[in-house]
Amino acid sequence: MEVVLAVVIGSLYATGLYMMLRRSVVKLIIGLGLLSNGSNLLIFTMGRLVRGRPPIVPEGESSVPPPYADPLPQALILTAIVISFGVLAFALALIHRAYQTVGTDDLDDLKTTDT
Amino acid sequence: MALILPILIPLATATVGFLAWRGRQWQRGLGVVGSVALLVASINLLVRVWQHGPQVLWVGNWPAPFGIALIADLLSAIMVVLAATIGVAVALFSLAHMDPARETFGYYPLSQILLMGVCGAFLTGDLFNLYVWFEVMLMASFVLLALGGERAQLEGAIKYVTLNLMASALFLTAVGLLYGLVGTLNMADLAQRLRPLPPSGAKTAIAFLLLTAFGIKAAIFPLFFWLPASYHTPPVAVSAIFAGLLTKVGVYALLRVFTLIFPDQGHAVILIVSGLTMLTGVLGALAQNEFRRILSFHIISQIGYMIMGLGLLTTAGLAGSIFYIIHHIIVKTNLFLTSGLAHAVQGSFDLNRLGGLYRTHPSLAILFLIPALSLAGLPPLSGFFAKLLLVQAGLQAGRWIIVAVALGVSLLTLLSMMKIWTEAFWKPAADDPPASSAPAPVPSTLTPLAPSGVVTARWGILSSAGLALLTILIGLGAEFVLALAEAAAEQLQDPDLYISTMFRGRS
Repeated sequence: MEVVLAVVIGSLYATGLYMMLRRSVVKLIIGLGLLSNGSNLLIFTMGRLVRGRPPIVPEGESSVPPPYADPLPQALILTAIVISFGVLAFALALIHRAYQTVGTDDLDDLKTTDT
Repeated sequence: MALILPILIPLATATVGFLAWRGRQWQRGLGVVGSVALLVASINLLVRVWQHGPQVLWVGNWPAPFGIALIADLLSAIMVVLAATIGVAVALFSLAHMDPARETFGYYPLSQILLMGVCGAFLTGDLFNLYVWFEVMLMASFVLLALGGERAQLEGAIKYVTLNLMASALFLTAVGLLYGLVGTLNMADLAQRLRPLPPSGAKTAIAFLLLTAFGIKAAIFPLFFWLPASYHTPPVAVSAIFAGLLTKVGVYALLRVFTLIFPDQGHAVILIVSGLTMLTGVLGALAQNEFRRILSFHIISQIGYMIMGLGLLTTAGLAGSIFYIIHHIIVKTNLFLTSGLAHAVQGSFDLNRLGGLYRTHPSLAILFLIPALSLAGLPPLSGFFAKLLLVQAGLQAGRWIIVAVALGVSLLTLLSMMKIWTEAFWKPAADDPPASSAPAPVPSTLTPLAPSGVVTARWGILSSAGLALLTILIGLGAEFVLALAEAAAEQLQDPDLYISTMFRGRS
């Protein structure tokens, strides 16, 4: 299962970066979304993948007997998902507004502030 | 209690500000009062840390490494004081130079949230919380950057948002890998557990992922292109607070991570990158012909100096870096503020359209000259001592090349400051009358002066003059500031104090 997820994460990163290198601003945002999902899945995988064994300390013991899935990374990605959701919503509003103002979604036409 | 106040005060101010959404005068008052309260709280924190050593707070009373911890050593406390100082100066400046449209759209509460994010990032003792504070700070800065919705602002914002989100994703990746490697995210705990591990590919990969992520935020050599594309687009007050604070959060994270968690990784690379950052930044500045774009490129070049001390990794070098950060935050904010004052007088940032300011407004010329000469490193201003410390540290470590680069770059800095001086202040005024009769080519909703006129305009001059005075005071009282910087550097070089404070608990 870890191998499958590793491949999925790698593909998400690769696709995300590829999309971010395109000229369209919409694809740029999609790429950002894929990239942040890739890193969320990575953290998830780092907490180990174990089925049907809840990480609850049995009575009379002081720690959970392995193997168990670490719940902390799952709590972390919960935070990270909420943050990336909010940021993505902002980015969508931003490109919508930029499209209204500039009238294009081609990054090559957004160069008046460069040089 | 002293530890949580720098986070709670801006949060409370922002909340009240959002509640008083329609009361513009209320918001203006709150902006200033909140910033002053933050300054008082942060100075209190610095005094405590100076007298009693590093302070720690286990939030919710969960002991480290299980709970969330706030921790302040001298470096954190110094950075919080600087953030609060800039907060006060920019809030005062905004009274005079922020247009009513942006004020009614929540400019003051947003800048308070920005300050909260910055202070949180300085005070947290947990790598994942650092990520969260980064995002708080970024969200506020995104909105501040795009607020107003001018074309240039939106174009700059797209680049700024993209690059910063990408840096966040890389940071999160590094956090995930680090958790997989050692199973903790508390920075003191990380330092302890990583130290016995043998050097491995995983360790190096994580270190360089963090270097890239923080490097994008700090705008170091190959990763800086978002900065000059966006920093000159928002109103002056916003770009001044960005220029003073935001990149320095990245520098702070670099200083923290590469002294505490990875004291054995990547410093040679950082040293090379710092030299290249100085050079490209200053060369970029020389090629520009717009007031704020020159200053933006200078930020990049100065970041090089700040991480030079980290690359040397000696106590003297780190002290130089910290002194440089103290000097730079004040001076750079002040330079952006003076660019706003010049814009208020002549209605343009373009050096070709400015001119003759020395004849018409000699006091403004002096206000520009003090931070400009300080940036270039002339004694007895603060920049001279900052550069002197770094050069001495470089010579002690025997790194001749970086010392030569640093000295050459400061000459080029002087050259480009002279360019602004001759173009904007010294040369005769441009023939065409100022923008009032001939509108600028790029239409701007920025009003040169707030409608309430000359009385409030004094606030802008006052805040700029206050920062100039601070620059001079740091120069004259260099001995005291140096003692502070050296003590902070010693704490960075000796992580055991940080670690033991973290686990000792409430103090």
